[in-house]
Amino acid sequence: MPEEISPALFAHLVELAALELTPEEAEYLRRELNRQLEAIHQLEATPIPPDTPITSHGVPYTPPRRAPLRDDAWRPYPNRDALLRQAPETDAEGYVVVPDIPHETLT
Amino acid sequence: MNELWSYDAHTLARLVRERQVSAREVTEALLAHIARVDGAAGRLLEPGQDPEAVHRAAPGVHAFITVTAERALAQAEAIDRALARGEDPGPLAGVPFTAKDIFTVEGTPSTAGSRILANFVAPYTATAVARLEAAGAILLGKVNLDEFTFGSSNESSAFQPTPRNPWDLSRVPGGSSGGSAAAVAAYEGPLSVGTDTAGSIRQPAAFCGVVGLKPTYGRVSRYGLIAFASSMDTPGPLTRTAADAALALQVMAGADPHDATAVTLPVPDYVAELAKGVQGLRIGLSPDYFRITRVDPATGEVYTEEVQPAIRAAVEAVAQTLEALGAVIVPDVPMPHTRDGIPAYFVISRVEAASNLHRYDGVKYGYRTPEPVDDLRAMYRKTRGQGFGLQPKLRILMGMYVSAAQYSARYYERALRVRTLIRRDFETIFDPQGPYRLDALLTPTTPTPAFPLGAVYGDSVLMQYADQLTVTANHAGVPAISIPAGFDEQGLPLAAQFFAADFREDILLRLAHAFEQATADAAWRRARPPAVA
Repeated sequence: MPEEISPALFAHLVELAALELTPEEAEYLRRELNRQLEAIHQLEATPIPPDTPITSHGVPYTPPRRAPLRDDAWRPYPNRDALLRQAPETDAEGYVVVPDIPHETLT
Repeated sequence: MNELWSYDAHTLARLVRERQVSAREVTEALLAHIARVDGAAGRLLEPGQDPEAVHRAAPGVHAFITVTAERALAQAEAIDRALARGEDPGPLAGVPFTAKDIFTVEGTPSTAGSRILANFVAPYTATAVARLEAAGAILLGKVNLDEFTFGSSNESSAFQPTPRNPWDLSRVPGGSSGGSAAAVAAYEGPLSVGTDTAGSIRQPAAFCGVVGLKPTYGRVSRYGLIAFASSMDTPGPLTRTAADAALALQVMAGADPHDATAVTLPVPDYVAELAKGVQGLRIGLSPDYFRITRVDPATGEVYTEEVQPAIRAAVEAVAQTLEALGAVIVPDVPMPHTRDGIPAYFVISRVEAASNLHRYDGVKYGYRTPEPVDDLRAMYRKTRGQGFGLQPKLRILMGMYVSAAQYSARYYERALRVRTLIRRDFETIFDPQGPYRLDALLTPTTPTPAFPLGAVYGDSVLMQYADQLTVTANHAGVPAISIPAGFDEQGLPLAAQFFAADFREDILLRLAHAFEQATADAAWRRARPPAVA
């Protein structure tokens, strides 16, 4: 059986996922993806009645048990500096610093 | 008072409330016990550093990533002061507990077991933890887990050495709440709060011989839980007794303005419910939960394997005990979609994980690559490449593939329809007007007892199948509990599991408590793990 995730498709997924991988990691991950897909294909042997809806979570959320939406209230965090200290790089004014953002000039 | 560290939560709460001991004495006893049995805490090792050598140099259970000793002692003193003033310090006053390091706790490292969050200090506290603390419980620290909860052995954590099974230090504690289960089994706190997305509370509880309760989805708020699969993640307690699980759930459960999926249903008095016993409860047994169906990695063929005979015997003994107490055993209950649980989970959980893991980008918090980069995209790739371990990478890639526009109908939508069929299996057996009218389904928790370190890790398919008998509860949202049910010939814990209908944790806890009481005098109940003895 041909591998479902070919090296080219794998490279495309890695690019979309914004991951830089070592060759050893790439070999392991592509192999495991293809093995997991074999297990996933088991689902094709399960008959699904045509009117079966999707379930996005198991427990129904009918109004009596569902909390009403809360107000979209603005609540400032009391310690701005503590939050900013989590950022890998900030400047004196409190902006988060990142490397150059790729862009192209529109003509 | 001897061995304060060995008492359950109910006993400690009573002793502290009656001022027979102070919360500070309890906390100090637990911290000293942790220092005695835990060995080296999990940490990021230097390149080339061998976790086995770290284990040999400071052997132990390795349940912890962070011990919050100062915070714990300060909390204990506040409890003692409140008691001295005659105030009610809460139902868990003076009870030490641990939290899986997937819960944010303000001012503590909250790592998710990942390099990418190793330096993250949470700016707020998860609701489940906040409620335990508000009830007087004392946080001893944050315990290890599989990276982002992605595993069933705890071996994928970036923080090494990873937890060991207290009953046999050469074996895994299970996962992903492996640190929680190991800590409770090794008496490093009578309570740990974990999370369960496919069995991550129940499977390690089974491997370590403790009680693990996965509540109904929506019963406990997910606020402050670092997300894996948002439609399945469920916080819950790990304890040594059913009564302690009842007490912890009572405190943790309930609506939360921070989580719209936390339901507004009233929280029952779970502890009071325990006294109701099991007379007349209808308990099903399903042949579909006494076997594992999976794909042979060599041939691609689907095959079926029975659970280990010792596990089957232990579960049947639980059934006989409950029958003698007046429960009605209903055999041969069909649960035909049990075998679809893992294949569907391979799809659904990966899609949700990939979505949740996109936020780690080295910009606002967490790890950023120290290497020079040309632009932002290169920074993302290097940061995520270096910060994530193999298991998050695997989940991101699979999630992106099976939810891509051209493959989604074939994979994601199919899996979500199969999820409906899994849910219907439970709706049928718990339907009060249906053919079975069950109050609970009794099954094994796992197909095998705890396996040796290194025996499965790396084989992502085999590892996932460790959850085949538990993951159905996460698809369906129903509650389930794993309880100790004896030991095998090697001295490894055996377990049984109950499922119940939505929001019927009370029934699970009654069954667990009744079995515990009925076997209280059994010799196996007195065993202590070698890591503690």
